[in-house]
Amino acid sequence: MISQAIPEASIYQPRPAKLIRTEAIAEREKLFEFEFRDGGELGHKPGQFVEISLFGIGEMPNSISSSPTKNCSFELAVRNVGNVTSALHGLTEGSTVGIRGPFGNGFPIDKLKGNDILIVAGGIGLFPLRSLINYVLDKRSDFGRLMILSGSRTPQERMFVSELEKWQERRDMELLETVDRGDEKWTGNVGVVTTLFPKVDIDPQNTFAITVGPPVMYKFVVAECKKKAIADEQILLSLERRMKCGVGKCGHCQINGVYVCQEGPVFSYAEIRKLEEAI
Amino acid sequence: MENRIIEKQNMDVFVNNLINSDAEVVGAKRKDGKYAFGKLADATELCLDYDLALYPPKSYLLPPKETLIKFELGEELEAEPVVEAERVILFGVHPYDIKAIELLDVAFSGTNPDINYLSRRAKVTIIGIDCLNPNPNAFCASLGTATTDTGFDLMLTDIGASYVVAIGSSEGEELLGKYAVTREATQSELVQRDEQRQKALAKYKVALSMSAEDLPELLDKSWDSPVFKEKSEKCLSCGSCVMVCPTCFCFDVQDDIALNLKQGERYRQWDGCMLVDFALVAGGENFRRDSETRFRHRMYRKGKYLWERYGKLGCVGCGRCASACLAEIASPAETFNTLKEERRQHD
Ligand SMILES: Cc1cc2nc3c(=O)[nH]c(=O)nc-3n(C[C@H](O)[C@H](O)[C@H](O)COP(=O)(O)OP(=O)(O)OC[C@H]3O[C@@H](n4cnc5c(N)ncnc54)[C@H](O)[C@@H]3O)c2cc1C
Ligand code: SF4
Ligand code: SF4
Ligand code: FES
Repeated sequence: MISQAIPEASIYQPRPAKLIRTEAIAEREKLFEFEFRDGGELGHKPGQFVEISLFGIGEMPNSISSSPTKNCSFELAVRNVGNVTSALHGLTEGSTVGIRGPFGNGFPIDKLKGNDILIVAGGIGLFPLRSLINYVLDKRSDFGRLMILSGSRTPQERMFVSELEKWQERRDMELLETVDRGDEKWTGNVGVVTTLFPKVDIDPQNTFAITVGPPVMYKFVVAECKKKAIADEQILLSLERRMKCGVGKCGHCQINGVYVCQEGPVFSYAEIRKLEEAI
Repeated sequence: MENRIIEKQNMDVFVNNLINSDAEVVGAKRKDGKYAFGKLADATELCLDYDLALYPPKSYLLPPKETLIKFELGEELEAEPVVEAERVILFGVHPYDIKAIELLDVAFSGTNPDINYLSRRAKVTIIGIDCLNPNPNAFCASLGTATTDTGFDLMLTDIGASYVVAIGSSEGEELLGKYAVTREATQSELVQRDEQRQKALAKYKVALSMSAEDLPELLDKSWDSPVFKEKSEKCLSCGSCVMVCPTCFCFDVQDDIALNLKQGERYRQWDGCMLVDFALVAGGENFRRDSETRFRHRMYRKGKYLWERYGKLGCVGCGRCASACLAEIASPAETFNTLKEERRQHD
């Protein structure tokens, strides 16, 4: 005896998608462009993620790297670190994968509109941020200034180099880059990403700082944002957690009582300040 | 709620009639001096006066391992959802286990309803029975889960010569009409039922030292308590406490593929936050790396997180975890009471 109706479809059933293009990003990172076999769209927001399946290997969460302004297809950028990611790296164009999603809240586009945007990317944190950056560029007049601080460990580990170069040339945005360790050819800034903060001048009232990177980075970035007097509500972070279901059931992504796959992965610092274990 | 009477000598007939119906009938059976739920072949196997079954009846709704998708790799990928559900009558479920199922019902429905769980659930009939001989580790009385008015199709209470049967659903009523010999309950029999329940409540040896509703607030103030470290130092991270728990429902998802590398299945299986790699991600970051943080997470999930999310406590006080834990640290009542005591001294 239970009153809840049985749903028609399984929340665990992925939609088949075809790999239509791959492109090397860096040594361990590759970009994958997909199209749904049924011709439908993903219908995502920047900052959301999907669960991608390679049947027989497994399923994993991955942010969407393309902007929703790009129609029909969507892109995932993936670092090869384990079972599913390495199998994905071995796929050839034309192969089929399974996709569930989009999941998660994504960046609060409506709140961002009309404001200046300060993006702070660490390493492959640029993967989900690229979706937002391209969205802002495609709807340029909806937003104020676009500033990007991007940090990589070495010049070889810079992601989306050709795009970085294009962004560097654009007049309607500012991009500052740094590497932790330079080499003979690197003429840019050397130091962790927070060393770029003194080089930008912002209007804290109207600025949203949005940061994605390795967990260790967050505390330092938040401290710099606070030094610049950005309000906690306007500091946004995307958190990574182990995820299995993506739909608020399996419990893996929990931070205290919060399910990152549902309420996140994007949180304001005001929200996670009270959450123990968040950063 | 309507109440009927089944005389004790007529109980076997009811059970056997159910066994001979189209449903699988599951009840508590004796197992090495303890009790475990299992399929009944005959009414004589059924124990109705057990104290606690080793494992909760959860596995009939959320099996330890369950196929979600079957797939076949090839030119065209074929992947079909798998939904398996059989008619099951759970016979003789204690109120705390019914309360736990009510939590699972909420967790697996809502915004992302889970077809596998809900399909099974729709085919499960629950015939409860009041627990008159509580397990020494149980603390249901203090959580309000020792009795229940909801969540069952029928609810039995042993009043000596007979069972009072409360009817909780039309389905329960139908089963009674079809398969049992019953008569109307007299007023005095209903009074006897209340007395039996009252007597049982007095038998609990463990109790939460506060009202259950006060737990979330107590935990709000207890994050830095030394209790978590003290207790968890003995933890073996074996996961037994979560595996025996009627309210734990976390799971892992994996793929299995046949040797021909073509057919395979995606399945989920029980997982638990007390296991070391529950929050581990690629790159080696583990968000609850030490047993202290895992131990605390489990306690908070039981006493606060699920309450805040679903309006139901994540613990029904069955005492299974306390019985299962070799380190003797798993009982939430013990930790909560210590925290309460700390608070008292602090305030
Ligand atoms: C919201 C979100 C967005 C992400 N976006 C990206 C992205 O854009 N690009 C990218 O390269 N990586 C991303 N990751 C990390 C990526 O999910 C892991 O690298 C990946 O799951 C590793 O899977 P694997 O099977 O190759 O590794 P294994 O170590 O073999 O992992 C086995 C299983 O563990 C779980 N798991 C392991 N690591 C992680 C992890 N870091 N996060 C969550 N679950 C994990 C997965 O369920 C996986 O199926 C993201 C993670 C999350 C949570
Ligand atoms: S609390 Fe006890 S049962 Fe639970 S993981 Fe630790 S040792 Fe095992
Ligand atoms: S936490 Fe322990 S006492 Fe509470 S419901 Fe689970 S097994 Fe029973
Ligand atoms: S990933 Fe399963 S609950 Fe969030």
